[in-house]
Amino acid sequence: MSIADTVEADTPSPAARTDELLLEVFGVLKKFPGVVALDNVKFKLRRGTMHALMGENGAGKSTLMKIIAGVYVPDGGELRVKGQPLKLTGPLDALNHGIAMIHQELNLMAPMTVAENIWIGREPRRFGFVDHGELRRRTQALFDNLKIELDPQVKVGTLSIANRQMVEIAKAVSFESDVLIMDEPTSALTDHEVSHLFRIIRDLKSQGKGIVYITHKMNELFEIADEVSVFRDGKYIDTRLATEVTRDQIIQMMVGREITQMFPKEEVPIGEVVLKVDKLTVAGVFRDISFEVRAGEIFGLAGLVGSGRSNVAEAIFGVVPATSGSIAINGQAVTIDSPAAAMRHGMAFLTEDRKETGCFLTLDVLSNMDTAVLSQRRYSKGGFVQRAELERDCKTMANALKIKTPTLGETIQNLSGGNQQKALIGRWLLTQPKILILDEPTRGIDVGAKAEIHRLVSELAGKGVAVIMISSELPEVLGMSDRVMVMHEGRMTGIVERADADQVTIMDLASQ
Amino acid sequence: MAIDKSALQPHPTSFKSQRRKWPPELSILLVLVGISLFFEALGWVVVGQSFLFNTERLTVMILQMSVVGIIAVGVTQVIITGGIDLSSGSVLAVAAMVSASLAQDQGYARAVFPSLTGLPIVWPIVAGLAVGVVCGVINGSLIALTAIPPFIATLGMMVSARGFAKWYTHGQPVSMLSDNYAWIGSGVIPVVIFLVVAAIFHVALGYTRYGKFTYAIGANRQAARVSGINVGRHLLIVYAIAGMLAGLAGVVTSARSITGQAGMGMGYELDAIAAAVIGGVSLAGGIGRITGTVIGVLILGVMTSGFTFIRIDAYYQEIVKGIIIVAAVVADQYRQRNRRG
Repeated sequence: MSIADTVEADTPSPAARTDELLLEVFGVLKKFPGVVALDNVKFKLRRGTMHALMGENGAGKSTLMKIIAGVYVPDGGELRVKGQPLKLTGPLDALNHGIAMIHQELNLMAPMTVAENIWIGREPRRFGFVDHGELRRRTQALFDNLKIELDPQVKVGTLSIANRQMVEIAKAVSFESDVLIMDEPTSALTDHEVSHLFRIIRDLKSQGKGIVYITHKMNELFEIADEVSVFRDGKYIDTRLATEVTRDQIIQMMVGREITQMFPKEEVPIGEVVLKVDKLTVAGVFRDISFEVRAGEIFGLAGLVGSGRSNVAEAIFGVVPATSGSIAINGQAVTIDSPAAAMRHGMAFLTEDRKETGCFLTLDVLSNMDTAVLSQRRYSKGGFVQRAELERDCKTMANALKIKTPTLGETIQNLSGGNQQKALIGRWLLTQPKILILDEPTRGIDVGAKAEIHRLVSELAGKGVAVIMISSELPEVLGMSDRVMVMHEGRMTGIVERADADQVTIMDLASQ
Repeated sequence: MAIDKSALQPHPTSFKSQRRKWPPELSILLVLVGISLFFEALGWVVVGQSFLFNTERLTVMILQMSVVGIIAVGVTQVIITGGIDLSSGSVLAVAAMVSASLAQDQGYARAVFPSLTGLPIVWPIVAGLAVGVVCGVINGSLIALTAIPPFIATLGMMVSARGFAKWYTHGQPVSMLSDNYAWIGSGVIPVVIFLVVAAIFHVALGYTRYGKFTYAIGANRQAARVSGINVGRHLLIVYAIAGMLAGLAGVVTSARSITGQAGMGMGYELDAIAAAVIGGVSLAGGIGRITGTVIGVLILGVMTSGFTFIRIDAYYQEIVKGIIIVAAVVADQYRQRNRRG
């Protein structure tokens, strides 16, 4: 079942599509310390169309978007909005010129309501006070127009990631912008939510808006994009009509080489049971989860966002210890009340949210890679860090993972999302784990890096590591896993063997 | 024909280990030099003599700043974890009182503890440090075990510790301290203590697990915990160290003025925080170095000394000091924004 099947085909009114250029950039240059992020890049956006940007991590897509949205000032080149040359001074300036960006990392204020978030700084006023009635009416009208079913009065903090995404989109639309920039809006959405988003996007196109869309998902591109531009290593490669290009051609343009297999799960001998989870429960979150994972096995965890998949991983790793149930490792019952305890038993846990629970954004790449081994008292003598050995091994790891950074001393903030993710994977591989828990290991990562990570995970399984992999992308779970456990609303709805697993079976279990 | 040697290496290493070409403190060091030269020029114009080429003035300046400097080293570490310590001035006072009360001359009839006079100086020193550690541990436990923000926990300590210092002798100063004890505060000893403390924690922050974890917790507390760091225990240690250094500052202060007074160290916590912030330590946590703080301390010292030198009223000094602190943070944020593109 692909996304295309879940969406009814409503055709956008062709009248909205014109050749009028909403946005045009050319010769754009942007340098960061040690890296040329963009080199002589061009890009055009037509009214009433969606223009997708494709490229590997570090290809320069996000940097280009940030330049268009006024976040970065380019070091060279020209930007034209509706034919007028323009120098943007900041995101607010971009908004005033009709360019709105929906960020990959959502920027909403959790303690405030949906309506307050959307109209922040532009609240309707009455006698100098915020007019809450009018605020609610405006938000409702906006939601009606976009067919979003959300209560404007609820606090953003209580919403799922998908719903927050909707709020972000509504906020961007509320500026009456002509250009909407979406940076991987579907990375945290379920198929159903994606189809809703696509309906909204089609509406926006028919209203004459232009949408710039960054994605790593090929099928999305063919479903809603009109044009595709491909970037590689900060350079512009080509622009094609979505109807006149194939998936393989795009991949080739992106990586400059052919990728033969996307999910290379190798057949490896499956060993003894390494991890046994019995009736694991975190009161109020999930209950009675029981499964076993064997050495060399990749155990998939599927389910919709919010089904409790990540919570199970967090309980096993001691981030939020289980309230009842038991965990046994190599046949021995163990108590895991903290991540440190889990690590003593040979576990490693790549968390779902890079920004919130993964990266030390202000620190350098080395410090992002060495934390876990240092907390295991390795690479240190009498409290002193053995820098030479540590740096040598981190370098080897960084090379093996093909992390693109000028030096390990570079602040990790300056790396692309995919390279940040690789550094975090490196952090855990340095601990030489026996049990590796990966929560959305390829979220927001391009095709090339994705295949690299898949190959790596497969290799680790081949070396006898027991892998638990959570992913929202069904093809990934199906391609990689030996068995798949499916969850729905905090319950386990089934464990499916590789041979029996297909998208229909899993979606069926996930919505039981 | 030129040969590309890198292509001949069997294992090309694409990652260099050097961190940065320019130390991040360079810009703030230039500010220090600038301010010094500013006073040097004004010195010749207004007073007709040199500001910098006067050993006595510089010694006095550094002596005055060494106590704030010792506190600032502890406060820097707390700020790097993303916290704040408002209690160091008050903890200094408690330590000064307790330490002084154990350092009184032998046989002094009106001593706080008449039976404990003429002790070897190791006891008052240990007592002063211990008092600091206890205060720090209380701060750290409150922050690690309850969810209250460091600002509130250390604000409480700031008020209570000051109260304790006053209660200790019912407001009476502790005087008649032994010559041995006074030695700790004599000559350049306080400066030596400050520099040794700064050196120790510069190494600790840059080269030990302790330092690595301090930065990690400040940069992302959740990620630090998931990476296996016992965040609560580490915070406890950091606040205990900050307390201990405030205690040490109390010992030095009482030895230097040969008396213990409950009003000692008033406002020093803010000078220490200011020094750290001027030195590039980010209040958001995860960024900052001891070298920056030391330069920050010197900037504050040069300003105080310089204004006095060109005979500018103390009131104006404070006004300008406030402006400089804010300017330092603004400049730092601007610089960081530029660095990140």
